[in-house]
Parts: sequence; structure tokens; C-alpha cells
Amino acid sequence: MNTPTPPLARRRSGRIVAGVAGGVADHLGIPVTWVRAAFVGLAAMWWAGAMAYGLLWVFVKQEGADVERPTPPRERQQALGLAALGVAAALTAAALGNDLIGWIVGPLGVAAVGAALVWREADEGQRRRWTRSGTAGGRNAVLRTLAGALFVAAGIAVFLFGQLQLGQVQFALLAVLATLLGVGVLTVPWWVRLVRELTEERRERIVETERAEIAAHLHDSVLQTLALIQRQSDQPREVARLARGQERELRAWLYGAGGYGRGVAPTLDEGLTAALAAAAAEVEDTYAVTVAPVVVGADRPLDDHLRALVLAGREAMVNAAKHAGVAEVSVYVEVEDDAVNLFVRDRGAGFDPDAIPGDRHGLADSVHGRMARHGGTVRLRSTPGEGTEVHLAMPVRTHEEAAT
Amino acid sequence: MTEDPTDQQAPDGDGTISVFLVDDHALFRSGVRAELERGVPDVRVVGEAGSVDEAVAAVRHHRPDVVLLDVHMPDGGGAEVLRRLRPELPDVVFLALSVSDAAEDVIAVIRAGARGYVTKTISGRELADAVRRVHGGDAVFSPRLAGFVLDVFSNKPGAAPPGDPELDLLTRRERDVLRLLARGYAYKEIAAELFISVKTVETHVSSVLRKTQLSNRYELSRWASDRRLV
Repeated sequence: MNTPTPPLARRRSGRIVAGVAGGVADHLGIPVTWVRAAFVGLAAMWWAGAMAYGLLWVFVKQEGADVERPTPPRERQQALGLAALGVAAALTAAALGNDLIGWIVGPLGVAAVGAALVWREADEGQRRRWTRSGTAGGRNAVLRTLAGALFVAAGIAVFLFGQLQLGQVQFALLAVLATLLGVGVLTVPWWVRLVRELTEERRERIVETERAEIAAHLHDSVLQTLALIQRQSDQPREVARLARGQERELRAWLYGAGGYGRGVAPTLDEGLTAALAAAAAEVEDTYAVTVAPVVVGADRPLDDHLRALVLAGREAMVNAAKHAGVAEVSVYVEVEDDAVNLFVRDRGAGFDPDAIPGDRHGLADSVHGRMARHGGTVRLRSTPGEGTEVHLAMPVRTHEEAAT
Repeated sequence: MTEDPTDQQAPDGDGTISVFLVDDHALFRSGVRAELERGVPDVRVVGEAGSVDEAVAAVRHHRPDVVLLDVHMPDGGGAEVLRRLRPELPDVVFLALSVSDAAEDVIAVIRAGARGYVTKTISGRELADAVRRVHGGDAVFSPRLAGFVLDVFSNKPGAAPPGDPELDLLTRRERDVLRLLARGYAYKEIAAELFISVKTVETHVSSVLRKTQLSNRYELSRWASDRRLV
């Protein structure tokens, strides 16, 4: 691999416990399994591996949220197995050691598990805060934290019972409780401020992201096009084409169905309206005429018949753009419950429909043939000098009919 | 928008139509002013304003025949200007001139009382035509605007329930006229198509515009009664 060594950072995705092993593996450029095995081996030596893992967990920051890494199920199983092996090895090593070590390690091990639970929860909470609007994990998160705290308390308590007399323990527990309570009460304003600052910070970050998105979009689209236009200012046709394309795109971005500030796109993904808009845009760009589509009625998903209608309509637009000799073509689509009507109209040269030679495939095949095959009709009205209107009508089958 | 000039009503008084420009972009105002002053002798720009407050004060003072009104401005935009000036200056005609052709924008200013809506890509000659038409008491409907109005009245969920004469707002004829407008026909062509006079087409279009504004009131009362507020 020729890529430079990445800085040491815990993996965010594709991790089993905290992403430490993966991070180290990325940093050193070796397979992650080796690193995991090394941690397990070290864990057998007086918990050294676990200690190292924990320290790295605490002190190494997590990598950015934009890295996606898949975890194959096999690797996941392997890693979980290794983790279990590590714990077992560490426990065995502790049990094999002398009594005192076993005494200290046992309760402290329990406390460590609890601490790990709480730490993991904090870690998760942080990630959630950065990704979403900070709605924490709800009851599960609280349960996990509480369980962790219980583990820690139990571990410490057992450890202390082992070391101290009963009376002393009572006193110590009371003192600890009183101290905790005092600290809690004393730090209330601090907590409140922390929460408020977090909210404020989050709000600012959202505004900032939004501003950046707008700037990026304008840079990618408008500024680039304006630069192109400056360089080609001696070619009015090309300038008009660029400006039209850019206007269309920016308009869609600002006011379109899924447009800016309109949230999620409410309409069907690739419906009739979108397909028509795409066809009109294509004709605009290819033939340097303005195609102004007006759609009335609710959007519909595109089935074979409607796709044929759009294609026939596109051919009619192309004909108008090529032969009418005008700068603008009107397209009107009305979606009704039982039919879709499409009108393509220009105010151009016009022609005598009866005088068309039979070898003109555009109209015969692409429009008439296509519509006829799908049960639609074509009506053509053209007067020389006054323009042409093509009316395409396609009956729509409802879902019940289509199901039978 | 391509109306035969002979169909126009003659401009009043000294023969020119006074126009006031409201837009928050000075560059755009001067562009429109230049277009209207060059080669359009019967239209005269009497003033311009760059904000809602400025526009309200200046229009009160100048009393122009037609106000060209931008839709998107800081502090409320065109609809706000209309809300403040329409009741006190019923003779001043407002024509919205906007870069946005989003349905909400169009319908909002039409309902607030604009007599027409044109987009900023319009040519100077067409704009002058539109100014003459609104000044003559007519409504200016682009094909796109006609499409929006059809959509609002016929297809949107929650549209007027059938059988209620007051809420069944568009007549069949008005619908036909709007449909032809949306198909890109000029008034003259619509007249020929439907075998009626151009004047009748204009009457239909104007009554559609009136109903578009009125529908606001109907919708409001329906909204209120639905919630048992009245």
C-alpha cells in the first residue's frame, strides 16, 4: 500500500468493542486479527493487554464519521471469540497467581467490567450527539449506565469488605455517599450550563453546515457556469445553452419538489413529472430552444404506457425544435384519473399534415406507432405559418385493473 | 402574452402608463428601467424602491398606474407590500415580476391581489405588453400560471367539495380558457378556438383571477368552520 500511514485513531465503524485494535491495525498497516491476537496474548500476562486496550480506548480519539468499513460476519465472530479468550486467559492467569492478586483482581475485575459498560455508553452517547440531534438512546442507555454503575459499586464494595472492618466500611460508605451527593448538588449549575452550551453549539453547527452546503452548491453550479460563460462570451448560442441549463438546475434546487428547504422529496422517485422534465431538459440542451413544461395534476409512477407517452412526447418536442424554427416550445400535461393528455405546441413554420412524405419515420414510428402500440391516440393540428400542436392522449389503467 | 396591440385599451390621460419598480436588487431595477425606456414610448418609469417600507411610502406618494413588484424581498416581500397598499389604493394595479415560478409564490401574490405574474426572463417588449394589459383591467396569465391555477382548483386534495355552488369556483368555460392558456395559446387564438370574442376570453380570465383571490376567503371560512372557530 502506498498510502501514507494514517494517524492513530479508533475505528468508528466495523469495530467489535471500541475500535482500538482496528485503529492500531490501520495505523501499523497489518491485519487486524494479528493486533487482536496480540492484545489477547498480553491479557494473559497479568491483564497487560486489557490495560493497554483500556488506556488506548481512553486516550486515542475516534476517527471521523465519514469512514465506512464493512465487517464480514466471519471476522466479527473471530474477534468476539478472541475477546472471550482474552478475558478467560486473564482470569486464569489471575487465578493461577497468588491469593492476594486473585483477591484484588476478582472484585476489581467486576468493577472494571462495570466501568467498561459506563465508558462504552459515554462513547456511544458522544457519537450519537455528533450524528443526530442528541436524542440519547432512551431507556436502554440508562439501563446500561445503571448496570455499569452497579457493577463498579459492587466491585469496589467487595474489594473494600475484603480489606477493612465492618464499622469502617459503614463509615466509608456514608462518607462516599455524602460526598457524592454534595458534589452532585454543587455541580448542578455546571451541568445546566453544559447542556445549554451543547444545545447552542449544535444549533450553530447546523447553521454552519447549511451555509457550507449552499456555498458548495453555488460554487459547483453557478460559479462554474459563469466562468464558462465568461470564457465563451463570443458564442451567444453556447452562452444561452449554458445559462438555460444552469437556470433549470438551480430552479429545481431552489423550488423543485425535493428542493432546498423543502425537506425530503415528497413525490415519487422517478414519476411522470420527473421523466417529462428530464425529456424537456434534454431537448432544451440538444436543440438550444426553450421548452416550457406545465404539468397539472398529481404525479404518477411511470409504467410502460406512460413511458411510451413520454418518449412520444419527447419526439414531438424534438420535431418542434428541429422544424418549427422557433425559440420556444410549450408543453402542457394534464394528469387525470383515467387518462394523461400531453400537448406539444409551437408557433413556428407549421406544415400541411397531408403533404408529409411517407418516409418520415420520426412522426410515423416514434409518435404514431408508439402511441398506437400502447392504446393511446395522436391528434395533429398544423397550419402553415401558424405553428403546430401535437396532442397525445394515453388512457391510464388503475391499480385494480392492472392487478387483474 | 403575445397580444395584438390593437386589442389594447388606450392608455389614459397623457397617453402614457406610469410604472413603479419594486425590487431589492438595484441592478435588476436599472435593467428593467432601461428596457422599458428604450423603445416603449407609452410606458414611463416614475420611481423605484428597494424595500417593503420604501415601496409603501413611495407608491403612496407617486400613485403610479402599475407597480412592478418583486416577490422575494427582505421583510415580507411582494405579498406584504400588497397587504399594506391594496386596501387604501384600489386603483393602483400590481404586476408581480419574479425569478421564482414556484407555485406557492405565484398563488400567494395573486391571492394578495396582484393582477398578473410574469417571470424575470421575460423580454422587454413582452413586459411592456403585460403592463399595458394589466393597466387595461385585464389579467396576465402565463401558461405556467394557468397551470398552477388549474392545479389549485381542480386537482389538489381538499379542493372544493362537489355540489357546493359557492365553492365550485371555476366554470367549465373558465377551465377551458385556462387549459388553452396553459397549452400556450394566445388570447386571440383561444377566442378563435372556442368561437368567442377576445373580449369574452379576457372576461373569463379576469373572473378566474377574481375567484383566485376570493378562494382565499372561502378557504379561510371553511378552515374556521372546520375547527369550530365560527
